Amino acid sequence: MTTNPTLHIKQVQISLHSEPMLAIDRSIAPGEVLTVMGPSGSGKSTLLAYLAGFLSPTFKAQGQVFLGKMQLDTLPAEQRGLGLLFQDPLLFPHLSVAGNLRFALPRHARHKQSQIREALEQVGMADFETRDPATLSGGQQARVALMRLLLSTPRAVLLDEPFAKLDTALRQDMRTLVFSQLRDAGLPALLVTHDQADAEAAGGPIIELG
Amino acid sequence: MLGLAPALLVTLLVLPVGAGLLMVLLPAFGYLPALGGDAVSLAPWRMLFGHPGLGRSVAVSYASGLVSTLLALAIVVLFLAASRGTWLDRGIRRLVSPLLAIPHAAVAFGLAFLIAPSGLLARWASPGLTGWDRPPDWLIVNDPLGLALMAGLVLKEVPFLLLMCLAALPQLRPEQRVTLARSLGYAPSIAWLKGVLPALYPLIRLPIYAVIAYATSVVDMAMILGPTLPPTLSVSILTWFNDPDLERRFMASAGAVLQLGVTLAALLTWWLGEQCIKRLGYHWVVNGVRRRGSLAITLGGRGLLGMTTLLVLSALAGLTVFSVAGFWRFPDSLPGTFTLDHWQRVLPSVTTPLINTLSVGLAATLIAAVLVVATLENAARHQLPPRAGQWLLYLPLIIPQVAFLFGLVVAAESLNLRPQWSLVMAAHLLFVVPYLYLSLCEAYRRLDPRWLQVAHSLGASPWRAFWQIRLPLLLAPLLTACAVSLALSIGQYLPTLLLGGGRVPTITTEAVAMASGGSRRLMAVLALLQALLPFIGFSLALLIPRLMWARRRNMRGVA
Repeated sequence: MTTNPTLHIKQVQISLHSEPMLAIDRSIAPGEVLTVMGPSGSGKSTLLAYLAGFLSPTFKAQGQVFLGKMQLDTLPAEQRGLGLLFQDPLLFPHLSVAGNLRFALPRHARHKQSQIREALEQVGMADFETRDPATLSGGQQARVALMRLLLSTPRAVLLDEPFAKLDTALRQDMRTLVFSQLRDAGLPALLVTHDQADAEAAGGPIIELG
Repeated sequence: MLGLAPALLVTLLVLPVGAGLLMVLLPAFGYLPALGGDAVSLAPWRMLFGHPGLGRSVAVSYASGLVSTLLALAIVVLFLAASRGTWLDRGIRRLVSPLLAIPHAAVAFGLAFLIAPSGLLARWASPGLTGWDRPPDWLIVNDPLGLALMAGLVLKEVPFLLLMCLAALPQLRPEQRVTLARSLGYAPSIAWLKGVLPALYPLIRLPIYAVIAYATSVVDMAMILGPTLPPTLSVSILTWFNDPDLERRFMASAGAVLQLGVTLAALLTWWLGEQCIKRLGYHWVVNGVRRRGSLAITLGGRGLLGMTTLLVLSALAGLTVFSVAGFWRFPDSLPGTFTLDHWQRVLPSVTTPLINTLSVGLAATLIAAVLVVATLENAARHQLPPRAGQWLLYLPLIIPQVAFLFGLVVAAESLNLRPQWSLVMAAHLLFVVPYLYLSLCEAYRRLDPRWLQVAHSLGASPWRAFWQIRLPLLLAPLLTACAVSLALSIGQYLPTLLLGGGRVPTITTEAVAMASGGSRRLMAVLALLQALLPFIGFSLALLIPRLMWARRRNMRGVA
């Protein structure tokens, strides 16, 4: 496995109507999960939107984001190489399970079929390729969403309360799965949550907003 | 490229309306060198005001617009207040929506056949209830007060206003409001009127204005149902415009300006009414009365909307019976013999109109869809807030067709553009684009932005995300919007007639041309054909997503 670059968030400040909302200055090493905690309204999601490149023009942001030596904040969202995991799995409803995974694979990736099959086998869903995502259980959908993220070969990952909507039993399994996969892939990750248990499972540094 | 779309869209709508208005204003004051009018004068106005029956024409136009809108709005509001989401209410709603697709002319013919002295209603009631064994000599259709015209307008306006309300309602969370008011002891229908309606009205105000503008200036329906001596102002203008006497063209232009004034006066009247009701209504909302009148509302709301629906359905049934009727003696309730002769006579002769109808409609819809989607996509990509200029889109809907289409013809003539297919199509665009925009912008707004964010974070470029994610997810609403737009184009009478110069006949122009004394059975065939075409569009719009997403559960009912 090639080593991934470090994600640098350099003196980022986000303000709304010229009122400062949040400020952050951190680096996240490959395989590390930085947890950002804070009550709702503290700007956690705004930070993610800024990093991913979806910040609404009503917000103003200063500072820079680097992935290794590459400056990200000037790039359009699709060229940043940042994978996103939301509360909802957001599997595209018009595509099959395999279709969702295929959409994520880089256009010139080789052996697409076998990559998809292996990814599903890894999460114990070998026979699910042709299934309609709407027929999967919540846990299965979450696993497909995770594999879709990994197949797109991101260089860093942003997690927006990805376990909040899972029931308690499932939540622990998914935490283990997600964090072990991210560690194995050696990806820097930023986790936004208000659940202390998420932060503990992530096992990385924690910062508080708000 | 994409960034040009919004400007292009607005130009496309505003420029023709502006040019049309200008080229109506100039000749209204005697200036139109092409027709020999070199000097500014008030002669057209003197001629117009000297015209016998003008006052009556104006009064009928003004009154039919206001009365029909008021009635239609009352029916819709009462129904929504009475509606509790039972199977009956949902059934009525479901029946009403397709009624929107039936063109004005077809509804007008159907209603005429229903209420005429020798029409279906008289036949069903005779001789048992009425004792008639021959049709009474009454002027019911084309009555001088325009009552038949108002009834026809109401039948078309009710489904439109109902759909506009249903589209606006979800964002108000009406169930919560009603539940809260009921917990304070209000009867459900009163709770709706006091807790939901005041918030709903501002959201449907522009559609209401569009309805008033349309109703005060409608041409095709007025030709079929409206008074004849004198006809409504809009129909008079059309007659003068087509008069070989060129002086009359100047008078027609003055008439078109007057029509604009009549429509504005009707809108102003409505606005004044709004202000009064706002004052008085506030006291009513907070006066604490919780139950009085709720039974009347509950019964009246369902009854009136049910009756409207039933009338339109009977009208369609009537058209069908007339179109296959052989010998039919009054007061028999059904024809003695049935025949397909009328269909066989009409069908071969309508090939060209049919091709024109479809080619104009499909071309206008396609161009409009591309422009509108490009505009919305541009706004979505740059996360633009709704523009202040959005109301410009309503311009072709608020300004009466009669007022600027004549000027548009004059403008085209002065550019040496002869009446032709492409002009007709361009004119249809003016009316198709606003509706397509209105119905699609809601669908765009409602689509969860995270779908596109996920696609981008997986490395998809904006265009790939558009083609592979946004377009499939919006397929159903897009097709529905296209079906609405096609139906609208099929129903257009005045733009087709004027910009086609009679050389681009469509099913609609052919049907309306029959209004003055064609065979009733041939009329029925043409009106049915006219009503049938939009239905094909709507069926396809429903069917295609169902077939495509047969194995994707969450894609059903996304629209």
